[in-house]
Amino acid sequence: MTVAAPSHLTARERARRAARGGASRSVPAPLLAPALIAVGFLVLPLIGLLIRAPWGRIGAALSGADATQALILSLWTATTSTAISLVIGVPLAWVLARTSFPGQRLLRALVTLPLVLPPVVGGVALLLAFGRTGFIGQYLNSWFGLTIPFTPLAVVMAETFVAMPFLIITVEGALRSADQGFEEAAATLGARRMTVFRRVTVPLIAPSLGAGAVLCWARALGEFGATITFAGSFPGQTETMPIAVYYALETDPDAAIALSLVLLLVSVIVLVSLRDHWLRGGSLS
Amino acid sequence: MTRGDGDGLVFDAEVRRGGFTLAVGLTAACGEVLGLLGPNGAGKSTLLSAVAGLTPVSAGRITLAGQVLDDADAGAFVEASGRPVGFVFQNYRLFPYLTVAENVAFSPRARGQGRQEARSAASHWLDRLDLADLAGRKPGQLSGGQAQRVALARALAGQPELLLLDEPLSALDAGTRLDVQAELKRHLADFTGPCLLVTHDPLEALVLADRLLVLEGGRVAQEGTPAQIARQPATDYVAKLVGLNLYAGEADGGQVKLTGGGAFVVAGTGQHRDVLVALRPSAVVVSSQRPEPSSARNTWPAKISGLTLLADRVRLDLEGPPHALVDVTPAAVAELSLRPGSEVWLTAKATDLEVYPRGNSQAG
Repeated sequence: MTVAAPSHLTARERARRAARGGASRSVPAPLLAPALIAVGFLVLPLIGLLIRAPWGRIGAALSGADATQALILSLWTATTSTAISLVIGVPLAWVLARTSFPGQRLLRALVTLPLVLPPVVGGVALLLAFGRTGFIGQYLNSWFGLTIPFTPLAVVMAETFVAMPFLIITVEGALRSADQGFEEAAATLGARRMTVFRRVTVPLIAPSLGAGAVLCWARALGEFGATITFAGSFPGQTETMPIAVYYALETDPDAAIALSLVLLLVSVIVLVSLRDHWLRGGSLS
Repeated sequence: MTRGDGDGLVFDAEVRRGGFTLAVGLTAACGEVLGLLGPNGAGKSTLLSAVAGLTPVSAGRITLAGQVLDDADAGAFVEASGRPVGFVFQNYRLFPYLTVAENVAFSPRARGQGRQEARSAASHWLDRLDLADLAGRKPGQLSGGQAQRVALARALAGQPELLLLDEPLSALDAGTRLDVQAELKRHLADFTGPCLLVTHDPLEALVLADRLLVLEGGRVAQEGTPAQIARQPATDYVAKLVGLNLYAGEADGGQVKLTGGGAFVVAGTGQHRDVLVALRPSAVVVSSQRPEPSSARNTWPAKISGLTLLADRVRLDLEGPPHALVDVTPAAVAELSLRPGSEVWLTAKATDLEVYPRGNSQAG
């Protein structure tokens, strides 16, 4: 074996390697080219959105009656479904994380299924269950005169169906990894189980609870497939922002782009608020 | 083993956890600090956890002041939250998101006091443990010694009738440990109920405990006052802890034939046949030549297998028989040219050999 020919190492690179250790950081060409294509593919469309944005008329485009209605509807339905998810999803996450019973794995699979299920299938399923002739809907209709499909309530239900699993898996993971020593300590201090949950468990997982809620809210805000299937698209009633964007693209492209920019801005804010959770370069937890 | 239901804690139970079984009978009187000493995995923490109600017992029962906390045969169990217990955990487990004052107010609040009452109970304990200045801090901003005091204040604020301390000083660095230890001793003296103190540090046990119970492999290996245990260790583990040589043997007149080979002339063996002999490492004299006959009755050749420097002395590990640990000065090591492999003569006076019956763990 012989010594290979020396390559050039700059003083700066020498200092970097000395300080941080490790080998060369230069990227081999067979990896660099596909990586750049991937970056372009992900970033260029967003740049296109920014280039085509009617910057001068954004205010006007957004203040159109349909756009404003869609914005308001989206905000309150996403917020309501997040609240519902917190109220019923967090207890479910606790049950999944802290108890064991037969069929628990199956239950976990079922409640997280909407994560991978095409949303439109979720919409169809909701329609078949809660529709006017659905196996639950028919009783709601005949006993209480309640019709859910194509109402704002249907929007909230569709969004909750799709978004709540994000909250559940985030919170369940946090509950599993939380140090149960604190809960034991609370018990020896006289706290009953519900007090332990309220005063120890929830504060301990608060960061994950917040992240899960933001994620859930963002998913609800962007929901399209299940909503349009189960709730339709009546302006002011069930036409949320993503649906409004979809229809506006044909009739009023400027409004569509302006609404898209709003959604993009919201997404960036969500990402920044989740940075400690997601952008540390680690895994999703 | 039957025990009356006294005022204090009576634990007479088995706890099975996986393949490990803890089977212990003990009592701790009011105002008594009972030290639980033992190697890792001896079951010390399991015992505390059973007393606190974090682990149910598999057989037997636990009572406090005559009231049942856990009774496997009757199926009675008081949940942890319903036991008048104060628990200071090994790493304190202070709630990181609460201030010191809120941590201390946690127990009064959880035990049903109003917000205002709980706060004033907390400030009472903060004053008492000299923590008033730290009331607004979060646990992350405390030093180890401060966190230890907060943990104690939090446990005491619930007005427990029984105090459990799991290695309360082990998280501290050596520098602060002695100060905190002295302080802890003062606070334990003020506590009127029974107190169980788990430790694996013999010095901590000797200083803080009124009585010691040595656990090994889930069983009581020895029970007695710190003085008794320091003088007459019952097992090799305890002998090592208190720094004595320990030999098992058979008494025969003024002699003890040692199980591991060799024999000692002793001052008196009493009526017992199976005995233990304890010998202080500093009571043995090392000579490079066979010593002249003297009043010291035990002389035997040995070979040095190891030397360890301990502060101001050197501990020699010697192969006998009988084997021995012997302490000499560094100067003696130099003058006698002691090194691994050296052949030396050891001498011990019969009166320096502590002889006591074996198999009697001074259970009381």
